[in-house]
Amino acid sequence: MTDLPIPAPGGKKLGLVIDLDVCVGCHACATACKEWNSGGHSAPLPDFSPYGEGAWGVWFNRVHSFEEGDGVGARTVHFPRSCLHCEDAACVTVCPTGASYKRAEDGIVLVNAEICIGCKLCSWACPYGAREFDEDAGVMKKCTLCIDRIYNDNLVEDERVPACVMVCPTSARHFGDLGDPNSAVAEMVAVRGGKDLMPELGYRPVNKYLPPRHLHGENLAAAAAAAAVRRPEPAAAAGAGDNRLLRWVDRLLSR
Amino acid sequence: MNGAGWRERWRDYWRPREIIDTSPVVADEVKPTTCYMCAGRCGIKVHLKNGSIRYIEGNKAHPVNRGVICGKGAAGIMQHYSPAKLRKPLLRVGERGSGEFREIEWDEALATGVEWLSRIRADDPKKLAFFTGRDQSQSLTGFWATQFGTPNFAAHGGFCSVNMAAAGMYTLGGSFWEFGEPDWEHAKLVLMFGVAEDHDSNPIKIHLSAMKRRGAKSISINPVRTGYSAIADEWIGIRPGTDGLLALSLVHELLRTDRIDLDYLARYTNAAWLVIQAPGEAEDGLFARDGDGNPLVLDRRGNPANALAADAALRMIGEARLADGRKATPVFQLIAERYLEAQYAPEAVAATCGVPAARIRDLAAELGHVAFDEAIELAVPWTDWAGRRHETMLGRPVGMHAMRGISAHSNGFQTCRALHLLQLLLGTIDVPGGWRYKAPHPKPCPPGPKPAGKPGQVEAGKPLGGAPLGYPMGPDDLIVDTEGNPQRIDKAFSWEAPIAAHGLMHMVVHNAWVGDPYKIDTLFMYMANMAWNSAMNTAETMRMLTDKEPDGSYKIPRIIYSDAFYSEMVAYADLILPDTTYLERWDAISILDRPIGSPNGPCDSIRQPVLAPDRDVRPFQDVLIELGARLGLPAFVNPDGAPRYPGGYRDYLTYHERAPGVGPLAGWRGQDGASHGKGAPNPDQLQRYIDNGCFWKLELAPEQRYFKHANRAYLENAVALGLIGNPEPIVLQLYVEPLQRFRLAGQGHGAVQPPERLRARIATHFDPLPIWYPPFEGARVDTEAFPLNAVTQRPMPMYHSWHSHNAWLRQIFGANRLFINRVTANSLGLQDDDWVWVSSHSGRIKAQLKLMDGVNPQTVWTWNAIGKRSGAWNLGQGSPEFSRGFLLNHLIAETLPGDAAAAEGNADPITGQAAWYDLRVRVERAPVEEAAESAPHFAPLARPPSLIRVPEILRYGNQFR
Repeated sequence: MTDLPIPAPGGKKLGLVIDLDVCVGCHACATACKEWNSGGHSAPLPDFSPYGEGAWGVWFNRVHSFEEGDGVGARTVHFPRSCLHCEDAACVTVCPTGASYKRAEDGIVLVNAEICIGCKLCSWACPYGAREFDEDAGVMKKCTLCIDRIYNDNLVEDERVPACVMVCPTSARHFGDLGDPNSAVAEMVAVRGGKDLMPELGYRPVNKYLPPRHLHGENLAAAAAAAAVRRPEPAAAAGAGDNRLLRWVDRLLSR
Repeated sequence: MNGAGWRERWRDYWRPREIIDTSPVVADEVKPTTCYMCAGRCGIKVHLKNGSIRYIEGNKAHPVNRGVICGKGAAGIMQHYSPAKLRKPLLRVGERGSGEFREIEWDEALATGVEWLSRIRADDPKKLAFFTGRDQSQSLTGFWATQFGTPNFAAHGGFCSVNMAAAGMYTLGGSFWEFGEPDWEHAKLVLMFGVAEDHDSNPIKIHLSAMKRRGAKSISINPVRTGYSAIADEWIGIRPGTDGLLALSLVHELLRTDRIDLDYLARYTNAAWLVIQAPGEAEDGLFARDGDGNPLVLDRRGNPANALAADAALRMIGEARLADGRKATPVFQLIAERYLEAQYAPEAVAATCGVPAARIRDLAAELGHVAFDEAIELAVPWTDWAGRRHETMLGRPVGMHAMRGISAHSNGFQTCRALHLLQLLLGTIDVPGGWRYKAPHPKPCPPGPKPAGKPGQVEAGKPLGGAPLGYPMGPDDLIVDTEGNPQRIDKAFSWEAPIAAHGLMHMVVHNAWVGDPYKIDTLFMYMANMAWNSAMNTAETMRMLTDKEPDGSYKIPRIIYSDAFYSEMVAYADLILPDTTYLERWDAISILDRPIGSPNGPCDSIRQPVLAPDRDVRPFQDVLIELGARLGLPAFVNPDGAPRYPGGYRDYLTYHERAPGVGPLAGWRGQDGASHGKGAPNPDQLQRYIDNGCFWKLELAPEQRYFKHANRAYLENAVALGLIGNPEPIVLQLYVEPLQRFRLAGQGHGAVQPPERLRARIATHFDPLPIWYPPFEGARVDTEAFPLNAVTQRPMPMYHSWHSHNAWLRQIFGANRLFINRVTANSLGLQDDDWVWVSSHSGRIKAQLKLMDGVNPQTVWTWNAIGKRSGAWNLGQGSPEFSRGFLLNHLIAETLPGDAAAAEGNADPITGQAAWYDLRVRVERAPVEEAAESAPHFAPLARPPSLIRVPEILRYGNQFR
């Protein structure tokens, strides 16, 4: 019911590239996001029953941890989840009031709280669970890609990135224009085989995930092969007892 | 109808473009300080708007975190505005443990404290036990204890990582984590042993990621595959407590295949030093020395020669005949003979470690390959201690890091020594790509000074004759009386824990309750949650804190406690001195204590008050200094009796001198601020720190950055800076002679003798070369009854008990599960989400299961300190921390199973480190009729009078709209 903007040729597609190869699941992106946005464009991000049973609040970014695979190939994956700023954003087209919209100039998906009626259709439409309903204000909220940081003249230039990107201790999060094939993020996606989340749904997420580079199992096999090559079996070592020391007896060293 | 045109008109009508302020002013003031959401000491910038915190970010210029901040650090706002904050001094009115208090004014609080403490000092200062938790002002608190005159001082190291600290200091003059780190920049392979998502928080994250990007490899040896282990290139899911055996098997393989750096050993270690071989004699196993006390080596012709002479030619294998006719053998030969034994072969250790023999062999081969075939060389000329110039710096790019999984076992000291042996054989200590000292380390090795507190050093009304914590060199340095009885309340530096370099905070409550070795009067604690997650045997500890004599008085007569929050321990104290948050006070990460030194140069840092307290609380350090002045402690008053530091900790940081020119902070000293390291006090010093982002950092010249233990330019510079006393080279100790001195005592030699019940324990474990023995608890209990190891980890977004009252962090971890290997669970008939009883030899708890694959099959684990006591931390009824969270602590005893009268500590026999990772358990499904909640539960604590009411909805940030 709400139109997506007609993409301008060469228009920006701002988004995140998240490197699952190095994410350790520390939740820094989650709390830094909460911290910035609690006082930012969508302020506040309320917390309900914050000091009691059933505490829950509005977070634009959450981290999930799970295991994948079996045996030596298995791994633990830490998976940060936030709005993917889809090119075909169902959360926008489903909006009855136009509150949910995608910006033509940079592709950021936002909610205009002034006209959001809190019907939650968008959160039903979003398969990624990226929308967060503020029950206190009765409006839907979501990741703004830190729109009050990335263009903010009051910040020094290298801080004009989303809070989650700025803080990430493992540099697992990168921000940039995925519409520009020459951008650092686009190159990263090309080199590392960046993936869409659930591409079969056809929402064409702008955000990309970089898959883990190695599985433990593959590495183990490689290490074993390499070890076989490099494992020395010195003749002197074959002896038993004191004979094993012979190889060092004539070594004259100096301090 | 023309659809497109209609739609556009409709859109324009309904959807006026949202007006977005993309350039809001984010702060009216930005203040740098140092984070305290964990012990990592990252630099932060606090952005303030209209007097409240808009946000906290990492300081990009800071040497520790380089601008990043972790999940805890970014939640600092909720720490600062927590409703669990104490608001006014409290005096207990109900029974201990009830949480019933009345508010008092500071005048009354201080007068009460002074009354209690002055009586003790005038009578017998050791009747004060002063123990601080994870505080970072130990150079002040330790100094205060010394001035008071009590030997009964320590911080939390005894249950944290003293095994690692002590093993490192006696072997290398530095240690993992605080005193050293992998050469992250140049390492091609980094091994992490037992790094349970904890220290060093942000640096590890920053560097692991950078290593991956440049193609270097990391291997995590850890029973659990989460966090750092999850992104390691390889994970080895070892059984807890067996890392030392694995390390010695790697040593076996490196020796067997001759993949060792003999030149490094000859130049920088005591590998060639001769060890007297005279079994049964009093000097057996000590170093052979010449008449001047110099250790000896075998020279070219096979004669004993001074080991410390430059260019000494030396042999690693051979037998010396000493002048007195005794035989002596080089250390290296002892090492080769011992570790080439079949008991260390991979096949022999594989089952115990839970690591296949082939995997061990491959790992050893890989270590050797990277160290020797992929050696690196930096084109940096340098000059060694003897004045010899080297054109390059040769590096062996194998870095290692170890943490609590190594330390918190009863074999942790020797395990850590085994890791250092491995590092030394590979020649990787302070070389490019290896493991590097963080300034002010290396320190002389074996270390100094010795602890004070012997009979005669404790006098009524006088300071202690030295610092209470130190490094004993042998039995003569123990803090025992002529009968060998402990003199400290925690029994540190006694035969129960001879090298207890950090004290034994975990034994204080127990010993004070028993009155063994004596009764104390007052227990004074700071930031240590001993009535809950910082104690082993928690329920018993609570009972000890509340237990009474027949006359109705408490067995521990008085307890003073300082904390910023309503922690469980508050309810068990008599007098509460409420502290500020970390954003409301001065503090120093002092060069005199454990500064934030980097391998590229010394650094220290401060905290500054970012906001004034909005309640009637005072920084603990200010309070301690005021108590010191009121008690008339010599260093805290002027000759006329007036307070020496009337401005509190701020004045102390600026003007205190431990030695002439040496103060708590090393930067910008001297009247003009031009001196670094040493210099007269500078009245503007703190402002200079603030102007620099609250830290000081001195970059070493490239020629000083490696081989620091033997690098002339570094050693001379370190002396000039006051980091070490003399520029002598520091010889790394493969063989630790002080351990042998204790062992000889255990064998019956010498005047200072262990009690009979501990004799074998000393003789067995004080081996001067690394040994491995099974963790004590597992060796004492019926392992069929308790087949599983149980350990904890600290989740990355939480730190101990500090964060359950943090509105944001508790949403991430509000309850913990017991994690178990899926295969193991299946074999026990257990399923995901089952409630289970977990039993140890000393207790049982109830917890909810979570099955996973990435955990050693013989191991269960959980997140540490999530479970809370009902009523504490100002959390509401029914909070998941009470109902589903749980502690493993209830299962851990202070003493080993067995004869209670002759109970041995559940601790490392060398350092006394609490062996809380030795825990053995069994897991059984709880009957379905039982409530789905954790156990045990205790009566809810009452709410102190002044705590604020918690909001039902938190709308933080609304004020910035």
